[in-house]
Amino acid sequence: MTQLQEVSVDDIKHLVSERAIQGETVLLNMGPQHPSTHGVLRLLLELDGETVVSCIPDIGFLHTGIEKNMESKTYAKAAVMTDRLDYLNTLGNNLAYSMAVEKLIELDVPDRAQSIRVILAELQRIASHLIWLGTTGLDVAAMSTFLYCFRERESILDIFELCSGQRMMTTYIRPGGIWRDVPVEFEAAVRAFIKMFPKRVDEYEALLSRNPLFLDRTFGIGSVSSEQALNFGMTGPPLRASGVKWDLRKARPYSGYEQYDFEVPTRTEGDVYARYIVRIEELRQSVKIIEQALNKMPLGPVRSSNHKFVPPPRSEIGVNMEALIHHFKLWTEGFSAPKCAVYNAVESPRGELGVYIVSDGGPKPYRIHWRTPSFDNLLALPFMAKGVLVADLVAIIGSVDIVLGDVDR
Amino acid sequence: MKPELEPTIQALTKTFNSQVNEFRGDVRVTILAESIVAAAQMLRDEFDFSLLSTMTAVDFWPEENPRFEVIYLFTSVSKILNLSVLVQVPGINPSLPTITGIFKNAVWREREVWDMFGIKFEGHPDLRRILMPADWEGHPLRKDYPLGYEEPQFTFNFEEIDLRKPYAKE
Repeated sequence: MTQLQEVSVDDIKHLVSERAIQGETVLLNMGPQHPSTHGVLRLLLELDGETVVSCIPDIGFLHTGIEKNMESKTYAKAAVMTDRLDYLNTLGNNLAYSMAVEKLIELDVPDRAQSIRVILAELQRIASHLIWLGTTGLDVAAMSTFLYCFRERESILDIFELCSGQRMMTTYIRPGGIWRDVPVEFEAAVRAFIKMFPKRVDEYEALLSRNPLFLDRTFGIGSVSSEQALNFGMTGPPLRASGVKWDLRKARPYSGYEQYDFEVPTRTEGDVYARYIVRIEELRQSVKIIEQALNKMPLGPVRSSNHKFVPPPRSEIGVNMEALIHHFKLWTEGFSAPKCAVYNAVESPRGELGVYIVSDGGPKPYRIHWRTPSFDNLLALPFMAKGVLVADLVAIIGSVDIVLGDVDR
Repeated sequence: MKPELEPTIQALTKTFNSQVNEFRGDVRVTILAESIVAAAQMLRDEFDFSLLSTMTAVDFWPEENPRFEVIYLFTSVSKILNLSVLVQVPGINPSLPTITGIFKNAVWREREVWDMFGIKFEGHPDLRRILMPADWEGHPLRKDYPLGYEEPQFTFNFEEIDLRKPYAKE
């Protein structure tokens, strides 16, 4: 039976102003099915005319219980669920999870796999930022950027399909390396993309950066200072747009990021426009990283040869009895991890994506917690939205770049 | 352990009588539940741990005392350091003092821990469920909460299960 849940004003009395109780301001639902909330986010707005007095986010519509589900799967099988968290950063989620498991069981990763991981993670960052740029443009009524961005994103998804056979839910990066080596066409495809892409970024900038309509909608809107941003737990581009130079790729380099020369763009204004500039600059830096990683990509294996944890290649199973035993054990029981807890974080397109794994010594994680960046970034929305117009609120939501799969897990 | 972290650890041990352990480079400090607010305040103000990266809990059911472990992960952006602070919570009437006055993002993180584990936070300004619906019963990430499933319908029990299936009304 479907139930209608009664919500009285008393339940949310402490969140709205006195004037709402007296009926002077209007309470209005925005979402959960609203194109500008970028997914199933419901905002309860208290409006005085068109000005937002207070904004109460209501999340959880996309809660899928992934953390609970992972507890009942072996480490290898749980990797498949990581794609479903932040569906615009699937390879980044794979990377965060794989690195946490590798830290837990002290598994080595070959150099070639590390380079491929970096290339794919940066391509994923570009793809994710392109979605953000397109939808943010759409939110402030710039239709053409949306079409251009999706055109370029398509060529990135084609590269993912080339490697893994899947466009989005790849599970290509796995504990111990990657699923299989990239095909021979990979390098040419990536080189063609990074040759074409910088010019396209110039095109986006020509459309938006000095466009008076875009500037009017973004400049000085939703400002957050650096102390406030840190206090709200913001990470990623929103934090860097507020003037804090915090990027895990530079601060705690992983997967060989220390070999690559790149800048961490920052701004000090902390408004919607600053976040836009930071992300545009990140697109250029990602291209720089991909180019260096491609040039340095060594030859060699792409999966760890420690077959206690990583399944042996298919070719060995028919001729080597030990390989067959390993294969059987890994796909039925799985490997056991030592009894302890580890935390590992990577820089996702949205900020610090961390995985906290608690192991009880068995083949399944006892508890996995995902520190997802969108969750904390969204938390600052009520603060940013205070006193702005409803139309500006739409621009602010776009600039924070939330993915509801990432918020609700 | 990174040498930059040592003064912090020494101060925490001295003030709160904490236990320290380290695994794969992650330093974890266990302190008493009542001193978490003071410890968070000290970490932010004196040692520049300005970011509460995350906060979560682990359920060790059927252990009862302590049943839960609540983990606070603090990050120092200026010194590039991570520090986990652990607090143990009993299974009967689990509750902790809130740190929302010190870190704003604890407002949602604590709501999440309340929603998923049923640990109450004393003094929290807005302790409602966050991810589950407001009328949900139970706390899903507890270990005694079953992973949901659907009952299989066979010919002998088809009618019986069909009667209690949640179909939408006209």
